[in-house]
Amino acid sequence: MKPSPAAAGPARLRDGPLGEPAALAALEAAWRDPPGFMGMLRAIDHKTIARRFIVATLVFFLLGGLLALLMRLQLARPGSALIGPELYNQLFTMHGTTMMFLFAVPVMQAVAMYLVPLMIGARAIAFPRMNAFSYWIFVMGGAFLYLGFAMGAGPNVGWFAYVPLSSADYAPGKGADIWAQMITFTELASMLVAVVLITTIFKMRAPGMHLNQMPLFVWATLVTQFMVLFAMPAVMVASSCLILDRLVGTHFFDPAHGGDVLLWQHLFWFFGHPEVYLIFIPPLGFISSIISTFSRRPIFGYPAMVLSLVATAFLAFGLWVHHMFATNLPEIGKSFFTAASLAIAIPSAIQIFCWIATVWNGRLVLRTPLRFVLAFFVILVLGGLTGIMLGAVPLDLQVHDTYFVVAHLHYVLLGGGVFPLFGAFYYWFPKMTGRMLSERAGQLHFWLFFVGFNVTFFPMHVLGLHGMQRRIWTYPAGLGWDGMNLMATLGAALIAVSVLVFIANVGFSLRRGAMAGADPWGAGTLEWSVPSPPPAHNFDRIPVVHGSDPLWAAAREPVCVSGLAADAREVLVTSALHARPESRPLFPDPTAWPFVSALATTVLFVGSVFSPWAVVWASLPLAIALIGWFWPGRRDRARSMALEQRP
Amino acid sequence: MTTVGQGPPRTLDVRQLPSYRYGPGSLMWWGTIGLMLIEGTVFGLGVMVYLYLQGNADAWPLDAAPPDLRWGTTNTAILLLSLWPNQRAKAAAEREDRAKARFWLLVCLVFAAAFLAVRTLEFTTLNVSWTANAYGSVVWLLLGLHTTHLITDTVDTGVLGALLFSKRFENKRFVDVSENALYWYFVVASWLPIYGVVYLAPLL
Amino acid sequence: MNPRAAVPAPRTMVWGALTGFAACARSASGALAPAGIQAERIHALWQLTLWVCIVVFAAVLVALGIALAKARRARSTGGEAPAPSDLARPHARRAVTLATLVSGALLVALVVADVLTDRSLSRLPVDDALHIEMTGYQWWWQARYADDGGESFGVSNDLHVPIGRPVVVTLKSVDVIHSFWVPELHGKKDLLPGRTTTIQFRADRAGTWRGECAEFCGLQHALMAFSITAEAPQAFADWREHQRTSAAPPVEPAAAAGLRLFLGGHCAQCHTVRGTPAAGTLGPDLTHLASRATLAAGTVANEPAALAAWIVQPQSLKAGATMPPSRLAPDDVRALVSYLETLK
Repeated sequence: MKPSPAAAGPARLRDGPLGEPAALAALEAAWRDPPGFMGMLRAIDHKTIARRFIVATLVFFLLGGLLALLMRLQLARPGSALIGPELYNQLFTMHGTTMMFLFAVPVMQAVAMYLVPLMIGARAIAFPRMNAFSYWIFVMGGAFLYLGFAMGAGPNVGWFAYVPLSSADYAPGKGADIWAQMITFTELASMLVAVVLITTIFKMRAPGMHLNQMPLFVWATLVTQFMVLFAMPAVMVASSCLILDRLVGTHFFDPAHGGDVLLWQHLFWFFGHPEVYLIFIPPLGFISSIISTFSRRPIFGYPAMVLSLVATAFLAFGLWVHHMFATNLPEIGKSFFTAASLAIAIPSAIQIFCWIATVWNGRLVLRTPLRFVLAFFVILVLGGLTGIMLGAVPLDLQVHDTYFVVAHLHYVLLGGGVFPLFGAFYYWFPKMTGRMLSERAGQLHFWLFFVGFNVTFFPMHVLGLHGMQRRIWTYPAGLGWDGMNLMATLGAALIAVSVLVFIANVGFSLRRGAMAGADPWGAGTLEWSVPSPPPAHNFDRIPVVHGSDPLWAAAREPVCVSGLAADAREVLVTSALHARPESRPLFPDPTAWPFVSALATTVLFVGSVFSPWAVVWASLPLAIALIGWFWPGRRDRARSMALEQRP
Repeated sequence: MTTVGQGPPRTLDVRQLPSYRYGPGSLMWWGTIGLMLIEGTVFGLGVMVYLYLQGNADAWPLDAAPPDLRWGTTNTAILLLSLWPNQRAKAAAEREDRAKARFWLLVCLVFAAAFLAVRTLEFTTLNVSWTANAYGSVVWLLLGLHTTHLITDTVDTGVLGALLFSKRFENKRFVDVSENALYWYFVVASWLPIYGVVYLAPLL
Repeated sequence: MNPRAAVPAPRTMVWGALTGFAACARSASGALAPAGIQAERIHALWQLTLWVCIVVFAAVLVALGIALAKARRARSTGGEAPAPSDLARPHARRAVTLATLVSGALLVALVVADVLTDRSLSRLPVDDALHIEMTGYQWWWQARYADDGGESFGVSNDLHVPIGRPVVVTLKSVDVIHSFWVPELHGKKDLLPGRTTTIQFRADRAGTWRGECAEFCGLQHALMAFSITAEAPQAFADWREHQRTSAAPPVEPAAAAGLRLFLGGHCAQCHTVRGTPAAGTLGPDLTHLASRATLAAGTVANEPAALAAWIVQPQSLKAGATMPPSRLAPDDVRALVSYLETLK
C-alpha cells in the first residue's frame, strides 16, 4: 500500500494522529444525530437505526410470545373452551407471522447493521438514508398488521397462507390482504438492508482487511444478504399474486381457470426454505465470534468455515419441495430433494466440528454468552437431526403437519437462532451501552430458558408421532395427548419467566450495570477497539488492518488512516477484494426524506389493500418524496464541491 | 511517507484520493447491481410462473388468441435502439462532458416516450384480460412488471436530465448518470425473455 | 466453575432421550403402532433413522464435553490479548476431516434407505384392490366405494376395509386443501383442489383407528376426523352388503312422522337417504347414520341427545358448520331423531 504524497490543498481539519483533539471534536459533531423530535425523524446513523430496529424486533418477539402463551393456555386441557376456533386460528397465524417476518429475520439484519461497520473499521454503513427508510417501512408494516389484528381483521390462514384457503372465496374480509401486504412492507425493508450490507462489506472495509481476513461474522452476514436478494422476491411475487387474485380477479391460484394451488406452495417455499437459513446463518457468525473470544483463539479452519457458509446458502435454495412431500409431485423429484435436504447437513456439521476443535485445548472462559452458544450444540443439533428425519419422504409423510414438525422447527429456530441471539446480546450489550449485563441474572435466564424450552418442545415430538396434527384449536380427551400438552404449557410458562428475567436484567443493567470499557472480553475484532458505546463516528482513526483478529496481533505500521475530513461525513471506500483505498466520498447529512418517503410508501401499500387504484394515485406523492430525497440541497452541494477531487 | 512534518507513527494518508469514481469504484454501482439482482429474480420468477402454468395446460394460450405481434415487436426494436443513446450518455458522463450527456439523455427521453406509447398499444392488443384465466393473469403480470420498470427508468432519466441542467449539478453526479445507463441496460435486457415468453411461446 | 455444568452432562441428555422415546414406543399409538404394511415400512425406517440420530447426537455431545473438559481454564478475560502460544492453530484437520467423512457416509446410507423405502411404498401391489373415492369438504369426509361385484355406495366418515387386501383411495377436494391421514396405516396424502391424488395401503390386522384431516383447512380443521375399521374379509363383505341396502321404511308412527319431516323440510335438500326420495349431495349420506360411532366428523358420540342438539343448532357443537339450524318444535325434533335412529 503506497501512502499518498504530502497534503496539498486548502487547510482543513482532517482526521489522523495530528490535529487532535480539535479533529475528534469535529468528527463527533459532524457525525452525531441531530437532537429533538425532528432529529429523531432525520437520524441516519447506522447505530441509531440498528438500535431502533432491534428494539422493534424485540417488541414483536414479546408480542409473538404472548400469542404463543395464549395458544398454550388453550391447549393445556382437552376440549377447552377458553379460546374458540376463530380467535385461535388468528393467534397461531399471528404468532408464526410475527416470529418469522417481524422478529427472526429482521433482528439478525439489525444486529449486523449495528456491528458490521464497527467490525470492518468503517465510520458508516453504505446508503445510510436508504437504511433509515428500511427501518420506517418495517415498523409501519408491522404496525399495519397489528392494527388489523387489534381491529378484528387479523389473518387466520396460517403464516404460510395456503391457497385456496387464503383466497377470497374462503378467507373473506381484509385479514389475508393485510397479511399479504405486510409481507410487501417487510420484505422490501429486508431487501434494501441486504443491498446496504453487501455494499458496506465489499466496499467499506478498513485498508488491509482482505476478503479472506474478515471476521466470520461478516462472512455470515454477507452470505445471508445474498440469500435475501434471491429468496425474498419469491414471496413478494407470491403475495402480490395473492392480492391480485383476491382484489382484482386474476386466477393465478384458481384451478377452475387454469391456475394451480401448488403454484403458491412452490413460490412460497422457494422463499420459505431459504428464509429459515436467513435466521440460522447469522447466528453461525455470532457463534464464531463468541467461541473465538471465550476460547481465546481464532476459530479453527477459517477457509472451511467460509466455504461451509457459502455451501449452506447455495444448498438452501435446493430444498423447498421437502415442504410439499404430501402432495402428488413425482416421486423421483421428491427423492432429489431428500438428497439435498440431507446434504445440507454436511456444511453445518463441518462448522460444528471446527468449533469443537477450537474449544479443544483452548483457554476456556465460561460466561453467559458462551452458555447460550453451548446450548446451540444441544438444541440445534437435536433439531437438525429431526430435520434429517423429515427429509426422508416416508417419515415426513407420517409427521408432516403434526406437532413433530412444530417441535423440529422450534428446536432449529430457537436452538439455531434465539439461543445464539441471546448469547450475542450478552456479548455485545456492553459495546452498545457501555454496561455489562449481570452475569448471575444471565445464568438464571439461561437455565430457565434452556429447561423451559426442552420441557415445552420435546414432548411435541411424541405428540406428533401419536397423531396430533398442527393448527388445531382443541383436541379430544382420551387420545393420550393430555399429559404432554399440559407439560408443554408448563414449559411455556417457564420460558415466559426466563424472558422476564432477561428484561429485568436489561432494565437494571442499563442503569446500574458494571461499566464495560472498550474491551471487557479481551476479544480480537475491531469493534472492541472503540469506546463503549462507540462515538457517533465509530473510529477516532480508521485502522489499517494487517491480518485477522487485529486486536490480537502485534501493531504494525501504518497503524491508521489519516487525511479524511474531520468536519464532514467523509467515508473511505476501498477495493472489494483487498481493501485498497479507492475514494473518499462525502456521505449525506441527516434528513427526514427517508421518513417522508416511507409514509408515502405506506399510503400506497395500505391504500392498495382497499382499492387497486391506490397504486396509481399514491405513486405521485411517493415519486415526489423520492425526487425530493435525491435532489441535492444547496448546503450539501457546497460542502461536496469543497471536498471534490476528480478521479 | 508520513504526514506533514512531525514524528508520530506512519499513517496511510488518503486526502489525495478522488471523492468519486466510476463503475465498481462507486457505491452507487453496487447498489444498482443489487437492485438489478432483486428485480432480475422477480422477472425470472415471473417467467417461471408463466412456463409452469403453460406446462399444466393442455392447450395454450387458454381460451384466447395469442397476443398480436406487431406492437410487441415494434417495442422490442425501439428498446434495442434506445441502447445507443443510452451508451452515448454513459460515455459522455464518464468523459464528464456535461453538454453531450445532457443531449444524449434528452434523446433517451424521446425513446422513452416512444416505448411508453407503444407499450400502451401493446396492452390493448394482448387479446386477453387478466380476469379471464391464469394465462391472462400471468401475461398482464409480466407486462405490468416490466412497464413499471419502464416508468421508473423514464422518471429517473428525466430527473437526472433536469439535474444536468440545474445549478445544483456537480461532477460527482456524472456517476449517477453512468449508473442510470446500467439500469437502462437492465430494463432492456430483462424485456427480451419476457417478449419471448409472452409473444413467441404461444406460437410454439 | 466447572464448564461441564454449562451443559447437562451428555449422558443425562442421551438417557433422557432414550427413555423418553422408549416410553413412547411402549405406549405406542399413531405412527409408532403400525397396523399395515405401509406404516410398517415407515416404522422400520423410523427406527433405523432414530438410532443413527441418537448415536450421532451422543457423539457430538461427548466430543463437546471432552473439548470443554480439556480446555484449560483461563482466569478471566478483562481486556488482555491472548498469549501468542494460545493463538497457535490446533492440529485438528485430520479429526475434522474424519468426522466429516463419517457424517457424509451416514447421510448417504440414510438417503439410500429413504429412497428404497419410498420406492417400496409406491410399489404396493394393487391388483384386486378395493377402490374408494374420498372427497374432502370443509369439514367432513364423504367416501364412495366403487362397484366391486355390486353397486357403488356412499359412506360418510366411518370407513371399513378388509384385512389383507390393498386399498386404493382416490382423493379429491371440493374446496380447500385437506389431507388424509390414518397414522397406523400409512403416511398422509393431500387432497388438492383441481387435482386428483391417490394413496394406497393395506391393513394387516383388525382394529379401528382414527383418521384426521392433516392440512389446515379453516375454522374447524380440528374437528374433521373420520375412522377406519379393518376386519376379516367375510365381516367386511357383510358390512358392504349392509351398506348397499337402502333404508327400510319406518314402522313406528313416531319414526314415520320423522321421515315425513325429513322429506318435507330442508333435510332432503342436502342429504341422501337411499330408499327415500331424499337425494341431496351437499351434506353427508345418512342412509346408515345410526350405525356410525360419531357425529359431525368425529366431534361427538352418536347418541340421541347429541343428534338432537346437532339438528337444532349445529353451531352449538361445531361453530362454523355449514349446516343451518332448524326451527323445529321439540316434539318434531324427537320424531326426527327417532326416524334417524332407524337408519342402522
